[in-house]
Amino acid sequence: MSLSTMILKMSVGLGRTCSIFFLTLLISLPLGLVVALLRRSKNKVISGFFRFIISILRGTPLMLQLLAVTYGPYYLFGFSVSRNKLIPVVIAFAINYAAYFAEIYRGGIESISNGQYEAAEVLGYSKFQTFIGIILPQVVKRILPSITNEIVTLVKDTSLAFTVSYQEMFTIGKQIANSQTSFMPFVVAGVFYYVFNAIVDFVMGKAEKSMDYYN
Amino acid sequence: MILEMNNISKNFGDLSVIKDISFNVDRGEVVSIIGPSGSGKSTLLRCATFLETISSGEIRYMDTVAAYTDPNGTVNYLTPNDLRKIKGYFGLVFQQFNLFPHYSVLRNLMDAPLKVQKRHKDEVEAECMELLRKMGLEAKANAYPCQLSGGQQQRVAIARALAMKPEVLFFDEPTSALDPELTGEVLKVIKQLAEEKMTMVVVTHEMSFARAVSDRVIFMDGGVIVEQGHPEEVFGNTMEERTRQFLSNYSR
Repeated sequence: MSLSTMILKMSVGLGRTCSIFFLTLLISLPLGLVVALLRRSKNKVISGFFRFIISILRGTPLMLQLLAVTYGPYYLFGFSVSRNKLIPVVIAFAINYAAYFAEIYRGGIESISNGQYEAAEVLGYSKFQTFIGIILPQVVKRILPSITNEIVTLVKDTSLAFTVSYQEMFTIGKQIANSQTSFMPFVVAGVFYYVFNAIVDFVMGKAEKSMDYYN
Repeated sequence: MILEMNNISKNFGDLSVIKDISFNVDRGEVVSIIGPSGSGKSTLLRCATFLETISSGEIRYMDTVAAYTDPNGTVNYLTPNDLRKIKGYFGLVFQQFNLFPHYSVLRNLMDAPLKVQKRHKDEVEAECMELLRKMGLEAKANAYPCQLSGGQQQRVAIARALAMKPEVLFFDEPTSALDPELTGEVLKVIKQLAEEKMTMVVVTHEMSFARAVSDRVIFMDGGVIVEQGHPEEVFGNTMEERTRQFLSNYSR
């Protein structure tokens, strides 16, 4: 197989890689914020529950979670494994990343000084207005470097989808490598991931810069 | 009467920080509260601005009861919605300014009048620019708080509080976080407001300022009002030994 055919075949999978990536971010970024807020709940039962969930999700391998979400329903309830593996893959990724994002959000929220809340309270802002208009923008600025870190990791983690044979770029590459007994597909995959992350770095750098106007 | 605080007590756990204090503020009055740290003066201000809930007593603004103690000894506050209206009667200037760092100076002033009071943008903008002019900061309208000196930030904070058109303005040690050379510009602004008959309550360690500007000085210690009166009486003809002791530390 020529290098160009190899690249072409793997490019097909790249679309699926991007699907995992973007859908995961789309779900886990807002979900993480919700989980962070629930984790900070004054209700001990609620905060304790989410602390536990987060510890499970961060304390076990993502690969295991992928297998559990994809095949768990079959072993537990006898449901047939869904044909479109994108759904379980995205669910597993989104939940796992939401747990990490939640802890990043939480750290960011807790780093905002009490004075900001008090100033807003005295000015008569509602709790919602305070959070959305005053606290969250400052939190986003502070956590952006950590978020970038997670996003970079996510790009590479999409390759874990091979464990459930979801035909994304790395899975295809691995199959080609096996059939052709060639290391070349892995090199191609490495280049793909690197370029992908270079774009992530560029975009996130822009985002950070756009918030440079204050500190 | 703009503010009436009757028989206010505040405990933090077993610690009693304010002990049965009654305290009123009349329209146009400038009241300074002095006293050693831990005397409860900042806590009193925080109770008046609802940043702390009282343990017992009654708070009224403009003859509206905002908080009261029922016969069972439970303190009841108005609902958050009704309290929001009361919050419009006062403004608070913090020791640490607490400006919103991600908003420009002008936006710091305009945001609450627009979002909380739902006033018209053109009108608010004109008023806020006027306030900045008064503070000598019109050139900084589009700057961000981090680009300003501490004294400038505190003047923006004062303007932000004034933009809400409060009946009374509270100051919680407004110059304590400032370099000595910057305190003057903030005190000058407060003095100017006093001349315009703005009702103000100032917790301060600036004795000469309190003496010059106030209509009434309150000396607090150990959670009670030890002595109060016209500044010339409190400073010039001190009645209580504890007050004398405190003031002597400042004259040195």
